[in-house]
Amino acid sequence: MSILSLNVWVPVIAGLIVLATGGDRNASRARALALLGAIAALLVSVPLYTQFDRAASGMQFVERVPWISTFNIYYYLGVDGISVLFILLNNFMTLLVVIAAWIVIEKKVAQYMAAFLIMAGLVNGAFAALDAILFYVFFESMLIPMYLIIGIWGGPKRVYAAVKFFLYTLLGSLLMLAALIYLYFQADKSFDILQFHQLALPLDAQIWLFFGFLLAFAVKVPMWPVHTWLPDAHTEAPTGGSVILAAITLKIGGYGFLRFTLPIAPDASHHLAGFMIALSLIAVIYIGLVALVQTDMKRLIAYSSISHMGFVTLGTFIFNAHGMQGAIVQMLSHGFVSGALFLCVGVLYDRMHSRNIADYGGVVNTMPIFAAFFMLFAMANSGLPGTSGFVGEFLVVLGSMQVNFWVAVLAATTLIFGAAYTLWMYKRVIFGAVANTHVAALKDLDRREFVVLAVLAAAVLWMGLYPKPVTDILNTSVSDLLQHVTQTKLGLAAR
Amino acid sequence: MTNSQMLYLLVALAPLLGAIIAGLFGRQIGRAMAHRVTIALMLVSAVGSVVVLMDVLNGHTYNGSVYTWLTAGNTRFEIGFLIDQLSATMMVVVTFVSLMVHIYTIGYMHDDPGYQRFFSYISLFTFSMLMLVMSNNFLQLFFGWEAVGLVSYLLIGFWYTRPTAIYANLKAFLVNRVGDFGFLLGIALVLAHFGSLDYASVFGLAPKFAAENVELWRGVPWSLLTVICLLLFVGAMGKSAQVPLHVWLPDSMEGPTPISALIHAATMVTAGIFMVARMSPLYELSPTALSVVLVIGAITALSMGLVAIVQNDIKRVVAYSTLSQLGYMTVALGASAYAAGIFHLVTHAFFKAVLFLGAGSVIIAMHHEQDLRKMGGLKKYMPITYLTVLLAALASAGVPGFSGFFSKDAIIEATKLSSAPGAGFAYFCVVACVFVTAFYTFRLVFLAFHGKRRMDHHTQEHLHESPAVVTVPLVALAIPAVLVGWWIGSVVFGGYFGASIKVSEVMREFAGEFHGPLAMVLHSVQTLPFWLSLAGIAAAWFLYLKRPDLPAVLREKFAFVYCILDRKYGFDELYSWLFAGGARSIGSGLWRGGDVAAIDGVMVNGSAKFVGALSAWVRKLQSGFIYHYAFLMIIGVVVLLSAFLAWRHL
Repeated sequence: MSILSLNVWVPVIAGLIVLATGGDRNASRARALALLGAIAALLVSVPLYTQFDRAASGMQFVERVPWISTFNIYYYLGVDGISVLFILLNNFMTLLVVIAAWIVIEKKVAQYMAAFLIMAGLVNGAFAALDAILFYVFFESMLIPMYLIIGIWGGPKRVYAAVKFFLYTLLGSLLMLAALIYLYFQADKSFDILQFHQLALPLDAQIWLFFGFLLAFAVKVPMWPVHTWLPDAHTEAPTGGSVILAAITLKIGGYGFLRFTLPIAPDASHHLAGFMIALSLIAVIYIGLVALVQTDMKRLIAYSSISHMGFVTLGTFIFNAHGMQGAIVQMLSHGFVSGALFLCVGVLYDRMHSRNIADYGGVVNTMPIFAAFFMLFAMANSGLPGTSGFVGEFLVVLGSMQVNFWVAVLAATTLIFGAAYTLWMYKRVIFGAVANTHVAALKDLDRREFVVLAVLAAAVLWMGLYPKPVTDILNTSVSDLLQHVTQTKLGLAAR
Repeated sequence: MTNSQMLYLLVALAPLLGAIIAGLFGRQIGRAMAHRVTIALMLVSAVGSVVVLMDVLNGHTYNGSVYTWLTAGNTRFEIGFLIDQLSATMMVVVTFVSLMVHIYTIGYMHDDPGYQRFFSYISLFTFSMLMLVMSNNFLQLFFGWEAVGLVSYLLIGFWYTRPTAIYANLKAFLVNRVGDFGFLLGIALVLAHFGSLDYASVFGLAPKFAAENVELWRGVPWSLLTVICLLLFVGAMGKSAQVPLHVWLPDSMEGPTPISALIHAATMVTAGIFMVARMSPLYELSPTALSVVLVIGAITALSMGLVAIVQNDIKRVVAYSTLSQLGYMTVALGASAYAAGIFHLVTHAFFKAVLFLGAGSVIIAMHHEQDLRKMGGLKKYMPITYLTVLLAALASAGVPGFSGFFSKDAIIEATKLSSAPGAGFAYFCVVACVFVTAFYTFRLVFLAFHGKRRMDHHTQEHLHESPAVVTVPLVALAIPAVLVGWWIGSVVFGGYFGASIKVSEVMREFAGEFHGPLAMVLHSVQTLPFWLSLAGIAAAWFLYLKRPDLPAVLREKFAFVYCILDRKYGFDELYSWLFAGGARSIGSGLWRGGDVAAIDGVMVNGSAKFVGALSAWVRKLQSGFIYHYAFLMIIGVVVLLSAFLAWRHL
């Protein structure tokens, strides 16, 4: 099997093997197998980084095998500089989630671990798929493990949250299916995504397609006003669920814009850029203010996620290199930072069984090492230079300024709001005198938690201090995409 | 890599190494080892800085990149060093004051459980500040800019169990972020128009953009450089605590005193001043921006000086004095007298560090009592502290011959010569403030060291001079605090800064009137500031030593004025009501009204309820009785037929 297929199927098969260990009597075996599976998945993605040709345009590691020949559907995989990074991020985060759940999850261990491994494979498939139906299958099927993760291992209101999550995302993607079928007929009965990119389409058709894709991806990102599933899903999901949800699945929305909306409907994208920029800015400011008044830590971080993802859509729709690179870097960084923040809340939740900010205070007195890590991630969430959180926001603000002064002004308010809601929460939870006997009884990080947070801390700092290795992978693909997007398809249609 | 490049890296990275060792392995290596390591590395950095300065003064400047941070599109973002007269001077000041503060900390933080953490932070601060001043581009400047803000945040909240400290550090960070918001936009605007963030290329291109306009509102053209300079200055207002973004600095006194000396007086708060001087090629092209700078500085200098008069906390007096002195530096920048501004920055760094560290020494002796009203007569018990503070106070008050006199007089004279709009107002402010400065400085000296002892019996019995680790840095800093001023000839009027700072018309004219430091001292007796400063000292003597009953009477008589000053013009109340409260209410409103009620309530759950209700209603149609269905069919047929006929015949 080729590298990409390995990346898709190794985690899925590992997940199935873990599942086969059955009930909780074999929990330790399930954990060991899950760890092996996650490590194997990360190892098979290493060649994607080392063998990736940074100068080459187009797709790499391509595999193409007929799948359903009647409808001209292929098992067609390939990655460019944009998608390859998400596969790496996904495998990396999945490994951390498996370690983080090690002793925390006590019931249905095999099923929990298996859900994450299978999820990882499906997500890799979505990032690598170059056939629209294959993409759609991966895109929808990844809902199932996440639905189960929230619905089974979640908090008290998990059923409401899981159903809301499922219906929201499923409804969103139905129109995308219609759009894909329309494109199938336009492209002489082919589901080849790269062929879609070359299609000549009149503006009104592009606009219909744009909205077809928009709902699917906007729900995933999520963009204002279709974001309200996220705070519920995050608050009720178990820690690992929140981490993967924030770090990985949201990115599929942002990725969708780059892979489908922009190249297939470039004229519509330009036409509706103002609309998209407005929605993004609402996400940055409105959601930033909403995050400020949250009393539940996970809900606060969930809102902060939406606000940060506003930068992704903003960077995408300003159509310049700084903005687009910023958007992608922001997605990767948000993967690390929000993942780390959810893990931090998980660390507290495992000890105190409360997500309420008011139940905490003075945690630094009993958990100084944890407080130091939490500080780093809080600062990264506030976009402090030297952390990964800065790079994307900085580039997007630079890009916005090239388009419109006031867009940049509104985007830059995140400097104030982001710091305000993050550090105010940090102050109330971590600083101060010991608030109650529960806080007084807290134990600092154990070795397992330390390792997970330390790895993420290293990633956050590395991406903040030396992001060049990441952006070097992106450069060619981003400039190709921008090149493609500037060429109108309307002239082609008339010809 | 050449030897000098190695040296630059060594100067910058030695403190970072110290911070990492003390921060990550503090527990393992223990307290004594933590301070030994950080101080040794700080010494390396300080000596290295002096070598660099010598080298630079011999004409060897440097501008080069260290590594590429990232590339995006056609832009390469670099991390690199610009070593010239300006940055080398700053490096020496920063590392020297920092070294002294490191040593002083051994005594001041002696019993603190966070000893190693403290050393780690101050070393990290020094690294960040060095990165800021050594930068050759806007990106790295912003890195250092925000990094010093971070360390300041950590240090103000160093005693994290105190509610006031953790309130103050959050406030400091957020107010600074407001400044950084403008600063970042300024940087983005530079990149958008100049296509580079490298100082050399931007300054080189600047004259070409002098006539360029941007339309922020349709039809209203603004000079591009004015917009850039004003946005960058917003950043400087945050970091250098200019009105109205000054509110964080007095509260930052919640941090340990060595920090107040190093960060909130001598170095970090001067970052804004340094930045504007560094950007002098841009500011010189925008008279509007310079006028704004001038007026803001003047307002800060006088209004904050007045507040210092009514403070009773010894550290807060010095803090407000810092605000006022930063105002002076800003005025110098606005008057295009950049060299004078930087010169005042240097003299102020020394005399203010002495005042703060001296205050710290008093606070130790007083068992952490900071209220001036409970001090008095300390002169006898703490001769070294008294003497050094007195010298620094003379420098601060601008008594001829002491360093502060030279730098402040240069600013006053430059303001007088300036023809920028607002210069008249600024001149009035800076001259009036000479009296105010002398008054509050000597009020502090007289209340703390002279007169009756007002402390309780217990404290009085234990009064003694601080140990050598405290007094040696005091003396080491007091010497330059007195003497540095005599270099004014070369620094301000000579070619000291070379090409690193733009020499304006004002400075050329001013230099023509300068006939050496001694002449400046002798000439000063004929000038108003000299007499104002003497009057300030005399007034303080009269009110606090001769007739100590008078201040209370005056307070009664001028209750209204006193109240305004005591409330610090109400900035804190206004901000906490308007911004903190406002943001929370809007956030709450958006959340409950937008997310919960409108989107979730109406759209999401509403559509679920609608579907539910609809199906409940539709279900009633399926009753299972044939005659219901038959009846409905007949109605349907009738309706369809009538519609069809109606449509045909109308």
